[in-house]
Amino acid sequence: MNTIYLFIFLPFIFACIVPFLYKHLNRQVHTGWFVLVVPLSILIYLLRFIPAVSSGETFEYTFSWIPSFGIHITSYVDGLGLLFGLLISGVGALVILYSIFYMSKVREALHNFYIYLLMFMGAMLGLVFSDHMLAFYGFWELTSVSSFLLISYWYERKSSRQGAMKSMLITVFGGFGLLAGFIMLMMMADTYSIRELIANMEVIQGHSLFIPAMLCILLGAFTKSAQFPFSIWLPDAMEAPTPVSSYLHSATMVKAGIYLVARMTPVFGGSPVWFWLVSGVGIITLLYGSLTALRQTDLKPLLAYSTISQLGLIMSLLGIGSLAVYFGPGESGTVFTVATFAALFHLFNHSTFKGSLFMVVGIIDHETGRRDIRYLGGLMHVMPITFTIALVGGLSMAGLPPFNGFLSKEMFFAAVLDVSKAGVFGLNSIGTLFPIIAWVASILTFVYCMIFVFKTFGGKYHPERLNRKVHEAPIGMLIAPMVLGLLVLLIFFFPNVLGKYILTPALSAVLPMMTVSSYDLKISAWHGVNYELLMTIGVILLGGLLYMAKKRWLPAARKFPQNLTLNHFFNEGLSGAERWSASLTNRYMTGSLRHYLLYIFVFFVLLLMGSLLWFYGLRFDFSNNAMISVFDAGLVICMIISALTVLLAGNRIVAIVALGALGYMVSMFFVIFRAPDLALTQMVVETVTTVLFLLCFYHLPKLKKSMERLSFKWTNLFISIAVGLTVTVLGLSANGHKLFEPITSFFENSYKLAGAKNIVNAILVDFRGFDTMLEISVLTIAGLGVYVLIRQRSKRGKEHEAE
Amino acid sequence: MDTLIVILVGILVTIGTYLILSRHLLRIVLGTSIIGHAVNLLIITSGGLKTGAAPLLGEKITDFTDALPQALVLTAIVINFAVTALVLVLCYRAYQGFGTDDLEQLRGEEHE
Repeated sequence: MNTIYLFIFLPFIFACIVPFLYKHLNRQVHTGWFVLVVPLSILIYLLRFIPAVSSGETFEYTFSWIPSFGIHITSYVDGLGLLFGLLISGVGALVILYSIFYMSKVREALHNFYIYLLMFMGAMLGLVFSDHMLAFYGFWELTSVSSFLLISYWYERKSSRQGAMKSMLITVFGGFGLLAGFIMLMMMADTYSIRELIANMEVIQGHSLFIPAMLCILLGAFTKSAQFPFSIWLPDAMEAPTPVSSYLHSATMVKAGIYLVARMTPVFGGSPVWFWLVSGVGIITLLYGSLTALRQTDLKPLLAYSTISQLGLIMSLLGIGSLAVYFGPGESGTVFTVATFAALFHLFNHSTFKGSLFMVVGIIDHETGRRDIRYLGGLMHVMPITFTIALVGGLSMAGLPPFNGFLSKEMFFAAVLDVSKAGVFGLNSIGTLFPIIAWVASILTFVYCMIFVFKTFGGKYHPERLNRKVHEAPIGMLIAPMVLGLLVLLIFFFPNVLGKYILTPALSAVLPMMTVSSYDLKISAWHGVNYELLMTIGVILLGGLLYMAKKRWLPAARKFPQNLTLNHFFNEGLSGAERWSASLTNRYMTGSLRHYLLYIFVFFVLLLMGSLLWFYGLRFDFSNNAMISVFDAGLVICMIISALTVLLAGNRIVAIVALGALGYMVSMFFVIFRAPDLALTQMVVETVTTVLFLLCFYHLPKLKKSMERLSFKWTNLFISIAVGLTVTVLGLSANGHKLFEPITSFFENSYKLAGAKNIVNAILVDFRGFDTMLEISVLTIAGLGVYVLIRQRSKRGKEHEAE
Repeated sequence: MDTLIVILVGILVTIGTYLILSRHLLRIVLGTSIIGHAVNLLIITSGGLKTGAAPLLGEKITDFTDALPQALVLTAIVINFAVTALVLVLCYRAYQGFGTDDLEQLRGEEHE
């Protein structure tokens, strides 16, 4: 057992002791303080990897789980995993610190909250450090499950439950796609290891399953990372407590799809389908998210749509970066390698500024009780520190200097300009769309960032619209967003520290075939006057104008018809599917036992008769028949008569006696067939059964003359004759085929093998002892059932008497 | 002989099925019982009838009838008994609880 496993499983292990901590210590100490230890220790542990990983080393630990099937869980630490690991543990620590002040220790079920949160943290760590595809998939689904639990944390609210359900449906649907894609990859490369997959990419790229596997894997990535049109779950996921939104739904979980795309870039990159899907869907999502974010009045959905839009940006950068695989090492390749680098850079930046913005919204919600910008305004003077953090985060998101968002936004502009000139995959004709869409979306982003910051903090303060006295948040709640805000600034001034130690190793994991000198990857704020800078200036000017004139167009934009939204289509589709399946099910699940029996019998006849005819199984062989004595014929006639008596008797006693007679005649047949044990058993059982019947019939109503319709009787008759015929034909055909020699000669050694002279007994208690044991347990269960049913009645009877 | 027994089995199964498809619980129990007998006979038949002596050693006979179906049927008889007993008591309880043994009236509420 290596320490890396310990650290991946630490959150799970700690989750087990959280309930005890909560039960015994929560009154004195907020449970969050104990939980905080987990991400902090993981963070410190991971930080120790940085020097080695940045010098190009990777670490691999294998733990044999099921060695006989060759299933090993391999943990693999490389730059990409480490980048995510640091985000998960770092943002995790800050979020937990924040939640200590956000979640009331008196009112909230903190043990649930922290168990789910730790479960998520463990799953996410497992995800980014797994090399085995099935382990990857397992952790992937576990993040969906923990996200579901966290969104529905306030499960007494209907909107929470609905939001959780929606996110579960969409992400797990994508998860199935991912599993299918992984299985296809395994079929192609004959390995479950992602690294061996990358090593075998020549085999995969020529395979006919290449495109289907890619589509399935992208389905998983797009649903998880809320790409258009699967993005609709993310705004509804905002029903979760704000620390959760900040952690899962902006910094980590939604980036799992990005992680997957980055991991799979060496395998699929270089294919035009991959390029167009990833960059196209990404850039459409960027535009869609920023457009929709503008229309929001609630701060959390506004941030959710902005997250969707930013994820689209990162996704499109990864798509553009995949061209590096196409071009290979060389000058053009290097240009697109920088795009991938920008994707990783923006991913990190987004986690810092969006995390802090979510925390700001949480603070506003906590202090004012409102999240709607139509009620807020002028908070600048009441909450100066919160305002400063919001300003830093907001301007960084808008792409202004001196914040880290500016750097990655400039790199994004450079990448879209490069791709419009790439001249492959049909980019000549429509490649210019990339810079245009990117620029328009950036203007919209600028506008909603301004709305977020200045509609909340600027303008007039309306204390009468808020239900409580507003003051600055407690210092503990401000620490976490302040740390993130500080990072936003620090990264702007020292981007190359981050670039050299964390991003470059991650880049070499995404594009292992590229050898890029660190000179190409220098991030600098000033490149001289170039297109990127002009684009940014244009964004600020036009965005500023649009913000100033917002009173003219914003109300109209908010009136976008509800029934044209994706959400509306999803809800309609879902309820339509529910209605349709309910009506279909109700049509055949009628609640009538007879109908179910009819289905069973019809199926029985069709299946057996069908397969007999299909496989030419009809063969009758009468040559082995034994002689029929007069006595046998008489017995058969008597049996038919007594069975008919059971059928036609109008009197209960007659029916029971006829049934008993039938049973005794069966035991006579057993005598004729040289089966003394059977005859004896049948005799005893038949006697007991008859007594039982008589006992019960005493309590049961008389047989009524059946008042059934004629069609009912004819259907029954038809079905029963068909069943009887099937059994007869089947029995005759079975006797006609002798495919195998009887194995009975083995049992004839019973005296030698089991010391028994009665072969049948030896089979029952010795050769097939387990069967007999199970038979006894069936008897026991039936006996218990009879006992309970009778006892329950007598109890109720007594209660009746007592009343 | 074998053919005769198989035909007998077919007739018994027909009668049993018809009883099972009726509306009254009592007839259903009777039907399952008859089908149980029929199946036991079918299994015995599949091993060949009257081909040798009873499967008891030590009588200086070496030609035995097939013992395996007999072992199977022995189990079946006992299980059949258990099932019949349970179903009978279940019918009795259903009748006690609902006051009818008509399946159409016992049928569950229509799901909305």
